[in-house]
Amino acid sequence: MENKVLNVDLSTAREELIEIYPKKVGKKRSKSIVVADPNNIPEIQANVRTIPGIITQRGCTYAGCKGVVLGPTRDIINITHGPIGCGYYSWLTRRNQTRPGESEENFITYSFSTDMQDSNIVFGGEEKLKQAIREAYELFHPKAIAVFSTCPVGLIGDDVHRVALQMKEEIGNGINIFGFSCEGYRGVSQSAGHHIANNQLFRHLIGNDDTVTATHKFRINVLGEYNIGGDAFAIDTLFEKCGIQIVATMSGNSTIEQFETAHTADLSLVMCHRSINYVAEMLETSFGIPWMKANFIGADACAKSLRKVGKYFGDAELIARIEAVIAEEMVPVIAAREKARLKTNGKTAMLFVGGSRAHHYQELFDELGITTLCAGYEFGHRDDYEGRRVIPSIHIDADSRNIEQISVKRDPERYNPRKTEEELKELEAEGLEFNQYDGMMAEMKKGSLVIDDLSHYEMEKLIEKYHPDVFCAGVKEKYCVQKMGIPLKQLHNYDSGGPYASFEGAVNFYKDIEQIACCSIWKEMKAPWESEEYVEAVYAAV
Amino acid sequence: MLLRHTTPKEIERKALTINPAKTCQPIGAMYAAFGIHGCLPHSHGSQGCCAYHRSALTRHFKEPIVASTSSFSEGSSVFGGSANLLQSIDTIFSVYDPEVIAVHTTCLSETIGDDLTQIVSKADEDGKIPAGKKVIYCNTPSYVGSHITGYANQVAAMVKFFSTATPKKRNVVNLVAGWMEPSDMGEIKRLASVMEARTLMFPDMTGVLDTPLTGKYEMYPKGGCTTEQLKTTGDSKFTIGLGEYSTNTACVALENKCKVKFEMTDIPIGLKATDRFITALSRHANVPVPDSITEERGRLIDLIADNQKYFYGKRVALFGDPDTLIPLCEFLVSMDMRPVYVVSGTPGKPFEERLKTILKDIPEAKFKGGDLADMFRMHQWIKQEPVDLLIGNTYGKYIARDEDLPFIRYGFPIADRAGHNFFPKTGYVGATNLAIQILNAIFDHMDRTCAEEKFEFQL
Repeated sequence: MENKVLNVDLSTAREELIEIYPKKVGKKRSKSIVVADPNNIPEIQANVRTIPGIITQRGCTYAGCKGVVLGPTRDIINITHGPIGCGYYSWLTRRNQTRPGESEENFITYSFSTDMQDSNIVFGGEEKLKQAIREAYELFHPKAIAVFSTCPVGLIGDDVHRVALQMKEEIGNGINIFGFSCEGYRGVSQSAGHHIANNQLFRHLIGNDDTVTATHKFRINVLGEYNIGGDAFAIDTLFEKCGIQIVATMSGNSTIEQFETAHTADLSLVMCHRSINYVAEMLETSFGIPWMKANFIGADACAKSLRKVGKYFGDAELIARIEAVIAEEMVPVIAAREKARLKTNGKTAMLFVGGSRAHHYQELFDELGITTLCAGYEFGHRDDYEGRRVIPSIHIDADSRNIEQISVKRDPERYNPRKTEEELKELEAEGLEFNQYDGMMAEMKKGSLVIDDLSHYEMEKLIEKYHPDVFCAGVKEKYCVQKMGIPLKQLHNYDSGGPYASFEGAVNFYKDIEQIACCSIWKEMKAPWESEEYVEAVYAAV
Repeated sequence: MLLRHTTPKEIERKALTINPAKTCQPIGAMYAAFGIHGCLPHSHGSQGCCAYHRSALTRHFKEPIVASTSSFSEGSSVFGGSANLLQSIDTIFSVYDPEVIAVHTTCLSETIGDDLTQIVSKADEDGKIPAGKKVIYCNTPSYVGSHITGYANQVAAMVKFFSTATPKKRNVVNLVAGWMEPSDMGEIKRLASVMEARTLMFPDMTGVLDTPLTGKYEMYPKGGCTTEQLKTTGDSKFTIGLGEYSTNTACVALENKCKVKFEMTDIPIGLKATDRFITALSRHANVPVPDSITEERGRLIDLIADNQKYFYGKRVALFGDPDTLIPLCEFLVSMDMRPVYVVSGTPGKPFEERLKTILKDIPEAKFKGGDLADMFRMHQWIKQEPVDLLIGNTYGKYIARDEDLPFIRYGFPIADRAGHNFFPKTGYVGATNLAIQILNAIFDHMDRTCAEEKFEFQL
């Protein structure tokens, strides 16, 4: 059933996509468009500045920091220091679900802002920020308050870190207050915001609490999982079944406590490599917790990831339990997959999503017999495309040079290597990979197309030329693509669906894609009187 | 409880806005720019703003919202964004070929003080603006006013860059549309056409943000006010501005530039505002009001009279934009409802002045506009003394669920319901739609919450 794919020749796509651009622009874009070859992975240009005016999908550093990484934690009061927009647009617009107990704090439904006015731009906004923190404390008495800088804050010289420190002293009571220099113009995309968030999480939260709450023998972290549409809930359920305790999920359905105790886990699994690899590295360096790349999107990927965890702990009972869970979970998965495949097999998809899903969801599409023709990230780096092996050769350019790189050291008291060098070597010999990620291109079919920071024009052209059966992107793209008669599946917000993670999520995804493949309305785009027979009838009448 | 930390007890707040009843300027400028045919809005700032504004408008309209950005980097934030805008103009005309690029700014480019006039003339001198094409611009600092201010600034830019007075005057009345739905604009144009009044509406989003699905994506749909039409607004005999906050700047600019006199009216929401609009249009276009419109009005009166007991005395809380809230509150009062809590984050005097008059017979009414007039405050008021109905954008659903209130979605953004761009809330027909929505919300709530023996077959 892969004939359709073989018929699609993408070898000339790059030339056609860049033809229209002014010369310099075309030259630059051509480096971000490559043809995949898993045996000989090409170099792609990524994480470079956006071309002005090209109509990008990208957002900013503030979105990556406040919106993505910190937004999902329910018991921190996140104050946006800036004019009203940034706080407004990041208010409930990402579907990070949270499930607080009845008496627990939950501030996710609120938007807090200093609502800077022109006088604050002229005279500085530090005093207003201090007052806002006082008022937030007086109203809510939270355990922590975080402050997020927006574009003008850096320009006018407000020092949010100093303010945070002062207010921490002024209020006392053990409240944790910290700031983020995540001005929107920093870096070139959301990615800078992830990095800034990771640094501050490590400085201000991670490792603050040495309490080990061991409900299970095996304790892990799930990093880079934001509980969109309940993904983290599904993963929680799965691990609970296997008898594995999740100490911290960063940061879906999370609380401060999870960050503070994350360093007591024995393994970190990294879902979204782009947004959280910095924390994963720091946990390893500082506390000796190894990390492995995992993927819970797709039933096969999910089973593979679980088996990796079993192998890591090397406990026969655990391994048996994991196998039993997989066997049990696969029964409904296979039934749903077979049903959906009747409709989906042989179809084609294109995926242009953020910094990780364009890779992860290819597994799910494979399971449905759908081939990914093209894929790309908005803000992935070369390592997300080509694998972490290329990191030493990545050149940090002028636009990203000012993003703070913090180097952490081995914690003098708490560093505790969870596995000895020899144990790690043995596990590696058995096929486990530590602190490693092979990137998206290693798993893409030869001849498929990879495009970084896709422009609106390139999107239109790809659809016009190659007619995928489903296009995956975000809300900004959705209705443009659907006007072209191609269904768009949102892989940021799942079109209000989900969860898509874990076995449970795979079943949901199969059903949703089956629905897209079967949807009747696309056959009705032409009015009956626009079809040829009617035209002939008109001629006959004349 | 979704908003579990909201308590009835208020503290004096000077700095912390919680759950704002406004957003920032540029999104308004972006929205208004869609009212020009063949126009691509351009955000001169860092790209996050543009992504957020496009997403917010898309979630509301469920339509393509395409706009470009200067994508500032840290370097341009320090040394100025001139090169970014020049490159944007070049790329946009080469790739996307709009008739007009409508540039607006953000807090970033405003704080660093980029001079748009100079940058755009440079683009022109360098031959980057093709013949017959135009780059217009307005300054929309996010730290002044609200999204409504940004809308007003963009509409004023249409006058500044296009409206031209020639010796040849035309018997046309300009209708400057304040922030409303394309369906509302469509309804106002329908009323004008039924009256056989010659009018020209700008901005005009009908046909732009409610396009059919045909299998072919049109980046520039056939709707929108053309640049030729915009030019002729300077020759019209009169201007009616619909909504003081969103259109006064443009009306004043047009009078100053082209000597076209104007009258400011409310957006015709509800009975009396529609009465005043129809009267004004009839007078300035010099056309009678046809019987069909009087009948539409009569049907509205009939519906309200039939259901008077459900409206009478009901306490209502509202939040949103001033140009909408003013006529809306007046409409509620005309049905004997009691708008007791009203907040709008948009600053400006007319809001509180007008509400003071409209709500003069409701002594318990509390209303606040501008700084710190947010939904958190309104919710606290509701906690102190409950209401029977809540009207506002989608963010209101959190309060409605916590307090178990009948809830009407009105305003921007409505992200969780479909079809609001199809059915107008302006004119008598729109007022009827609105009254029916209010009744349905109240009836649904009664049916869901009443004792079983009180569950009625007929209402």
